[in-house]
Amino acid sequence: MSINPAQADIGTAADEAAVRKAISSTARPPRAGALSAALAFGWRGMLKVKHVPEQLLDVTITPVMFVLMFTYIFGGAIAGSTREYLQYILPGILVMSVLFTTVYSGVSINTDLTKGVADRFRSLPIWRPAPLLGALLGDAARYLANGAVILILGYALGFRPGAGLPGVVAALGLVVLFAFALSWVFTTVGLRLRSPSAVMNAGFMAIFPLTFLSNVFVGPETLPGPLEAFVNINPISTLASASRGLMEGHVDSGDVVIVLAVAAAVTLVFAPLTSRLYRRS
Amino acid sequence: MTTSALAIEATGLVKSFKEARAVDGVDLAVRAGSVYGVLGPNGAGKTTTIRMLATLLRPDAGSALVLGHDIVEEADEVRASVTLTGQLASVDEDLTGRENLVLLGWLLGLKRPAAKARADELLEAFGLTEAAGRLVKHFSGGMRRRLDIAASMVVTPELMFLDEPTTGLDPRSRNQVWGIVRALVAGGTTILLCTQYLEEADQLADGIAVIDRGRVIAEGTPSQLKASVGSGALRVRLLDPADRPEAERVLTRELGSASPEADPAVLTATCPDADQGALAVAELARAGVRIADFSLGQPTLDEVFLALTGHPAEAPAEPAVPTGEESA
Repeated sequence: MSINPAQADIGTAADEAAVRKAISSTARPPRAGALSAALAFGWRGMLKVKHVPEQLLDVTITPVMFVLMFTYIFGGAIAGSTREYLQYILPGILVMSVLFTTVYSGVSINTDLTKGVADRFRSLPIWRPAPLLGALLGDAARYLANGAVILILGYALGFRPGAGLPGVVAALGLVVLFAFALSWVFTTVGLRLRSPSAVMNAGFMAIFPLTFLSNVFVGPETLPGPLEAFVNINPISTLASASRGLMEGHVDSGDVVIVLAVAAAVTLVFAPLTSRLYRRS
Repeated sequence: MTTSALAIEATGLVKSFKEARAVDGVDLAVRAGSVYGVLGPNGAGKTTTIRMLATLLRPDAGSALVLGHDIVEEADEVRASVTLTGQLASVDEDLTGRENLVLLGWLLGLKRPAAKARADELLEAFGLTEAAGRLVKHFSGGMRRRLDIAASMVVTPELMFLDEPTTGLDPRSRNQVWGIVRALVAGGTTILLCTQYLEEADQLADGIAVIDRGRVIAEGTPSQLKASVGSGALRVRLLDPADRPEAERVLTRELGSASPEADPAVLTATCPDADQGALAVAELARAGVRIADFSLGQPTLDEVFLALTGHPAEAPAEPAVPTGEESA
């Protein structure tokens, strides 16, 4: 039986003596703490951004395109001047862009399931929600990076928030918090659908109309009645208004309360649901 | 029952999915420190059984103790001392080999520096040092399988579930994986090995259970199992097809039967053991029949299944009942 040298692996073959030594040399360490395990999964998320930067590009290039196109193509028509429109639209673009990113939380979890690595995590003696919570913490770091890109670009184009940096930071914090809550919805979707691309399609089919049917791009008073009613109850409108208010320094605290309440409610429903599905699938 | 401790003791495990009863009352008793082979075709219920034992699935009925812990009531204790490898649980393709091992070390309670040191030690032992910085999706099949096993050894488990560790590997990588498994066993780890290959079970396992349609249909040592089906088939290729009638006469005399194959130069004969096969080949030479090559194959899973159940393992590409081209 001849062996094709082209199939030879790089590196030397595993050496039985070395394997024997390697397996005899460890004592079982104490069980990892819940926080430590979640952080490890957060680190994994960061590494993925490093190795698969396309995901991050997807969600930064698109919003950059939106900022430029909406500002310079529609700005004059919608708001009279591109400068004024940028002032209106940038907080909205921040909301839209970060919320788009949440779909990837569902895509990642579905990928873990279909590739079988989720089974390894589920067979580890760790705090059971750690893989989910850690992944979403890693995603939250991506939301921050994504938001920072939009804000820096906006500043370069002439966006000047009335409330200065503290207002911007507060708005970014609120958006990231809401996105964290929304990502539990997509992890639930990710655990129910068959393939990562199905999750991606379903996710964008939901998030596109939800963000466009909000006050992100235009004031609702210009819309036909039923649409205006929908836009006004859409929590994404409330989030966009709250972000605008925080950045401009005239926030309606009622908006912030509504956003926080919706985020809490969504998390309370979908986090346990995701956890349950993850354990079962 | 045996006096030595049992690593796995399963009674009447049942698991149904929407379509079918995947596992239909499986009993298993696996001695600690041994390699136990679970042999069966795709869809026989092997993976479902393991997933229940590894606490990834909850059985519909029946119960099992793994290392003395109930798989339902004490799932956490079970998870603390078992590990999954193979088709069952994978490594992360979007991370490097080293990052995979560091991550698992961290998750298993090692501090960061200890996790890194452990990763390097394992990479070295499994011959993966050079590839350590590559993304796993760029690994060859053999390297990936070795990393998979290394990932299960970050903290030495008491029991390893090893699912089809060599499916799809070339012979060299397969031998490497077998070498690793032997080293693990020598180190005291109990292994439950699922495989479709009788040869693999024969090479590694101390005991074998044959699973078909969710039930254990035979159990024993590899030699007992092989004895029940004969050691396999002698296959002879002649230099000159014209010699085939003569060769057929000789083989029929020596082994009781011989059948021509579709290839006009090839004959096969079932063969009770290797010695008689060797004698039959010698007899062919003595009769002046010149041979291009010959092989004595172990019985395949299909043959084991035919012998044990009277039905073929699956209904794959090869027709179960030969249409004349295949040997009977």
